[in-house]
Amino acid sequence: MHATSDRFKSNARERLDDAGLQANLRRFGGGFAERRREAVGRVDDFEALRDRAAAIRTEVLENLDHWLLAFEAAAQARGTRVHWAETGADANRIVLEIARAAGVQRVVKSKSMVSEESGLNEVLESAGLTVTETDLGEYILQLAGEPPSHIIAPAIHKSRDEVSALFAEHHHTPPTRDIPVLCEQAREQLRPRFLAADMGISGGNFLIAETGSVAIVTNEGNGRMVTTLPRVHVAITGIEKVLPSLDDLAAVLRVLPRSATGQDITNYVSVLTGTRDPGASDGPQENHVVLVDNGRARLLGSALHEALRCIRCGACMNHCPVYQNIGGHAYGWVYPGPIGAILTPAYLGLENALDLPQASTLCAACEVVCPVRIPLPELMRVLREESFSRGLRPWHERLSIRLWRWLALPPRLYGVASGVAVRMLRALAGRDGLLHRLPGLDGWTEGRDMPAPQGRTFREQWRQRARRPS
Amino acid sequence: MSDARARILARMSQGLGRPCPDTVARVQREDAPMARQVVHHVADFIARAHALQSTTDRVADMAAVPAAVARYLRTAHLPLQGVMWPQFADLDWVAQGLALEMRAPQSDDRTGVTGCFCAIAETGTLLLHSGVGLSAAASLLPETHVAVVPVARIVTRMEQAFALLRSEVGSVPRALNFISGPSRTADIEQTIVIGAHGPRRVHLIVVDG
Ligand code: SF4
Repeated sequence: MHATSDRFKSNARERLDDAGLQANLRRFGGGFAERRREAVGRVDDFEALRDRAAAIRTEVLENLDHWLLAFEAAAQARGTRVHWAETGADANRIVLEIARAAGVQRVVKSKSMVSEESGLNEVLESAGLTVTETDLGEYILQLAGEPPSHIIAPAIHKSRDEVSALFAEHHHTPPTRDIPVLCEQAREQLRPRFLAADMGISGGNFLIAETGSVAIVTNEGNGRMVTTLPRVHVAITGIEKVLPSLDDLAAVLRVLPRSATGQDITNYVSVLTGTRDPGASDGPQENHVVLVDNGRARLLGSALHEALRCIRCGACMNHCPVYQNIGGHAYGWVYPGPIGAILTPAYLGLENALDLPQASTLCAACEVVCPVRIPLPELMRVLREESFSRGLRPWHERLSIRLWRWLALPPRLYGVASGVAVRMLRALAGRDGLLHRLPGLDGWTEGRDMPAPQGRTFREQWRQRARRPS
Repeated sequence: MSDARARILARMSQGLGRPCPDTVARVQREDAPMARQVVHHVADFIARAHALQSTTDRVADMAAVPAAVARYLRTAHLPLQGVMWPQFADLDWVAQGLALEMRAPQSDDRTGVTGCFCAIAETGTLLLHSGVGLSAAASLLPETHVAVVPVARIVTRMEQAFALLRSEVGSVPRALNFISGPSRTADIEQTIVIGAHGPRRVHLIVVDG
């Protein structure tokens, strides 16, 4: 996918000014958080489930190479062909070669964020293959020619009217405001494509080292169609997705759907191993797994190591006040929200996503909900530090941080300066005691008033109290 | 290509600061905590299946299954047509006026009657696996999926389903499909719609004997 993460500020500005998008974000944004809260409320001890999931993911990463090799050996023993791709472009080339060798014409896809990283669809289409996205949200976006704006609800930024207009244009059906009717239309359009496809491409939520299986978590049933009906199945996924055993899958599944959509479990969990059972009536005859690095391996052992625990539930963006206001597209690449603010600079280079780790108040709502306890604000802080020490921040920002340091380190100077600042702020306040404007900080005061300091500074009060025995 | 593999592995062991170990001992832990305790297998399974929008019926023995299927389809005004897994061939379907064929489904078959490997009380979930006579498409293509669930096959938690697989089947079959209610989507305006690409209805016939 073509990245615009280097233009975050203008991207965000545009989205804030887009009245239609703002209305959609307001209307559909809150549902996830509420459903998660309800799901957590039905659980005996959700914190214990999170502890277990985090412990398992931590344990895997410590020996990720070992578990990947174990996965590979077990998968190969079942006839799965395992491919390794260093970059997204390599992954695309591998999938295209598989398609060519198998004489594939028609491809159906279920959701895969890794294939969004690599821009797989474009590559397959320009090679003359027909590619159909079958997840309803992804299908809508394929018709619209847009990237996803959320990792589990890709079309969350679209209203029913926008979907209806797209369907009317492409399906030649009358427009409707009835959501079940729209879903029905998509079902009718896509059913024949499932049946006619030669190749199914899926992502992989988890790789199971014990059995060499790919585990896929879906609700619509398209993931099952794509991996059951076509004669070739290719799963494309990141190298960090391994779990040692099936029992680990059971444990991690107790937090994933609850954190994502607030479901106790998704409608379908498919654990897929090798090719068609001898004599069975369905299942692919040829089965491939493409393991994609694309920047992941070099995070191991780095200050951002813990981000690799991510199980892509989307909870961090669903609870992020910044994401809620600008939507996913503003982040400019595949992964939006707090986890995107870490993964995008980590995978594409900090210089290509400089403002992403800054796009947070560090309120820590994300860390509070992350099912595998990734310290997201801390990782953003690591990236902020790196961008400063590498001299990537603009000169005025670096200068003001230097100035602050000069001012804050000597206690006496700081005391005097804060005393002056407090009095100046008081002078700037309106008669109502509120600050409506701050020179040079218009961006900040444009949308909010701030109460002006009323008394003396803390240090002045402290000194006074120390003199007066109580 | 194998170069790519070597380079990725080298990056990983470099980052982790040690050569890749041949064997790794697992951290020993107690059984993973469950989301919710199961007090009564059957009752909890049924209650949680209902919460997933599955419907249920309960019958005394396998001989009563065809009548239960017919009753369900007639009450819901559904066509009495479809496919079934061959394990139910010996039951008397004709007496109930049901035209169920023992074959893999076409896209326009209306009902798929399947068994299950086991069922999980913790979440109200079915586990079906692939194999000869166990068409995976039968629980996917028809708009109505009817599954027969013997009470003796209801386990507490997913880990027990895996243990049962290891002891009864050995290696994992090509597909394990955990099914928790009819297919659904919430991709348009976060509105939940039942019946996306898979079945619109999942009906469970719980069999005591
Ligand atoms: S970082 Fe945590 S909350 Fe965010 S998507 Fe990943 S697992 Fe979910």
